[in-house]
Amino acid sequence: MIALEAHNLTVRYNKQPVLWNVDFSIPAGSLAGIIGPNGSGKTTLLKAAMGILGSDSGYVRFFGKELDAVREKVSYVPQRQSVDWDFPASVMDVVLMGRYRAGKLLGRLSKTDREIAAEALEQVGLYPLRKQHISELSGGQQQRTFIARSLAQQADIFLMDEPFAGIDAASEESIISLLQSLRSSGKTVILVHHDLHTAIEFFDHVVLLNTRLVAAGPKTETLSVENLNATYGGQLTVLNKIAELVRKQEYPLREKNTKD
Amino acid sequence: MSTSLLWVFAGCALIGMGSAAVGSFAFLRKRSLVGDAVAHSLLPGVVLAFLLFQQKELWILFVGALLSGALSMWSIEFISKNSKLSSDAAIAISLSIFFSLGIVLLTYAQQSGLPNQSGLQHFLFGKAAAMLPEDVFLFAGINALIFGCIILLYPQLKLFTFDPAFAKSIGLPSRWINFCLSFLTVLAIASGIQAVGVVLMAAFIFTPPAAARFWTSRLSHMIVLSVVIGLLSAVGGAGISYSASGMPTGPWIIICMSLLAFFTFAFAPKRGFYSRWRRGWRHSRKMKEENVLKTLYHLREREGREEFGHSSLMALRGFDARELEQSIDSLMRKGLIGKKGSAKLHLSAQGLEEARRIVRLHRLWELYLNTRLSLPQDHVHADAEAIEHIITPEVEAALIRDLNYPLSDPHASEIPGIADMKKDE
Ligand SMILES: Nc1ncnc2c1ncn2[C@@H]1O[C@H](COP(=O)(O)OP(=O)(O)OP(=O)(O)O)[C@@H](O)[C@H]1O
Ligand SMILES: [Mg+2]
Repeated sequence: MIALEAHNLTVRYNKQPVLWNVDFSIPAGSLAGIIGPNGSGKTTLLKAAMGILGSDSGYVRFFGKELDAVREKVSYVPQRQSVDWDFPASVMDVVLMGRYRAGKLLGRLSKTDREIAAEALEQVGLYPLRKQHISELSGGQQQRTFIARSLAQQADIFLMDEPFAGIDAASEESIISLLQSLRSSGKTVILVHHDLHTAIEFFDHVVLLNTRLVAAGPKTETLSVENLNATYGGQLTVLNKIAELVRKQEYPLREKNTKD
Repeated sequence: MSTSLLWVFAGCALIGMGSAAVGSFAFLRKRSLVGDAVAHSLLPGVVLAFLLFQQKELWILFVGALLSGALSMWSIEFISKNSKLSSDAAIAISLSIFFSLGIVLLTYAQQSGLPNQSGLQHFLFGKAAAMLPEDVFLFAGINALIFGCIILLYPQLKLFTFDPAFAKSIGLPSRWINFCLSFLTVLAIASGIQAVGVVLMAAFIFTPPAAARFWTSRLSHMIVLSVVIGLLSAVGGAGISYSASGMPTGPWIIICMSLLAFFTFAFAPKRGFYSRWRRGWRHSRKMKEENVLKTLYHLREREGREEFGHSSLMALRGFDARELEQSIDSLMRKGLIGKKGSAKLHLSAQGLEEARRIVRLHRLWELYLNTRLSLPQDHVHADAEAIEHIITPEVEAALIRDLNYPLSDPHASEIPGIADMKKDE
């Protein structure tokens, strides 16, 4: 089954195309990476998929349906830097936001909602910090707060914008294992990632993007030197590292190469 | 107190409360400057309404103000969406065009010779004394709408203000919420044309929330506090301007508001200047005391004796004589050091424990910088002098684990306490 299908998607800012005829699909139950350099349109792709930005042509479908029909099954995690973390709210407040639904506009949250939010916090290891004010969180904790909010939505497909940007290795590791457990429980996780150094070994499906679609498909078929070259242009240092990885056709596991 | 004065107070209070409440959202959405542009843009609408109907009844002028305020808000959004200009520039353009148009119209109206044109200039800086009961009812209606919306839509407004993209992704009608907030903002600002005046009205939108934010980290508390600040300053300012007759109301209200805000910036818990200064002072006192303990420990380590005079302390580390005296007094009160004879100091058992902890942190951090960050041996001391005072027990445990229970630092001095930890394991 196809979890997400982008068909001929074009998005422009002031007539300038930022996404151009992008066409790909991601099978359900995969952990997929949308990869491309800065400014390649990854954020734009997610926003267009979620209907936050209008598209000029084409469409995105989830499980073969329009977003509105399956909205409660789709969870979106914006880039962490897109909000003001000095906003007067506690960690719990933010996670509870995952329990609001457009359908129950005026309804207050129930006890079950609070339990679900508490459980989500437990899963990301932030339950002890639930009463903390969000401006006191570290970058990694902010990211985990966002992920907890997303878990609280109890969706089937997760779209995450750069969940690893600016966080330390320990937070990254705990997020990765969380995402893997989501995948093994049958959910689809799609995340935007601009860096080829880290985390790439965990994807089983990749979409290489640079305004146009460069390649999409299972990781082992898609990560070729030509494709990476087309995606990352002149960034040779990155390329060499990855070329080496591809040559070996074997991605080292994080547990083995300890950090520092 | 005369009844007319009561109406004035009631009117000002309502204006202050309503605008402080919607202002909280404008403030958190970083839209305060838009409020300023909208306030200035009320003027052409007010004067045009007067010229058209040749009446100064508030509700007629109010409708004019509302329309031109809304037009200015819309023009700001239009300019920043459809041009490459930043939103700052869009705000500045809209403010200056609308306000100069307003001044031109105002001058025209004043020279028009229309019978009741006198007093139009009060719309610049406000004159609360002219308030009538029906005006107050209008403000009460506006407040009912503002507070009704905020209470009813509170979760949506909160979500939308914090993370508009997420709000949209779960299907909240963001355009509608945005419209609702913008409309309430214009309404609140327009309610101040008569009592406060267009020049200063924007301060009602952003000063109370900014002050309230200093006291609390909960949105609901912030809104309530902001409303209280708006209320107090509106009533206070109206009172002053009424008793000193001839004074415009707007400036007095804003002065009261600013005084409250300054008080807040100075004395709010946690975020206020005073409490930050106090925290800084406490930390520096703690640092000085810890340095005394550490120096005593170093002396002990170096000379193998227990007791030392002030001069040995001074010789090893350049203390300020008076500060040293104060630190010693405080440490003695805490029972961390003892004094024998006239001036021989020694560490108590508890003090020794504390000194060992500080020295341990210092040496651990030096070792960490040296081995993990590859900083050369002679560069690590200065940094450790600062860091040793702030490392928490959790970080300490993590450091010890990360460095695998090291017994000595880069200068080959013993790291106190580690050997015992190893035994305990
Ligand atoms: N609101 C906007 N108005 C005009 N251009 C925009 C806007 N937002 C993004 N762009 C442009 O669209 C292009 C793609 O932006 P996008 O944010 O989707 O990139 P990205 O791949 O997410 O990059 P990053 O890795 O930096 O997050 C960029 O060239 C950017 O300059
Ligand atoms: Mg992005």
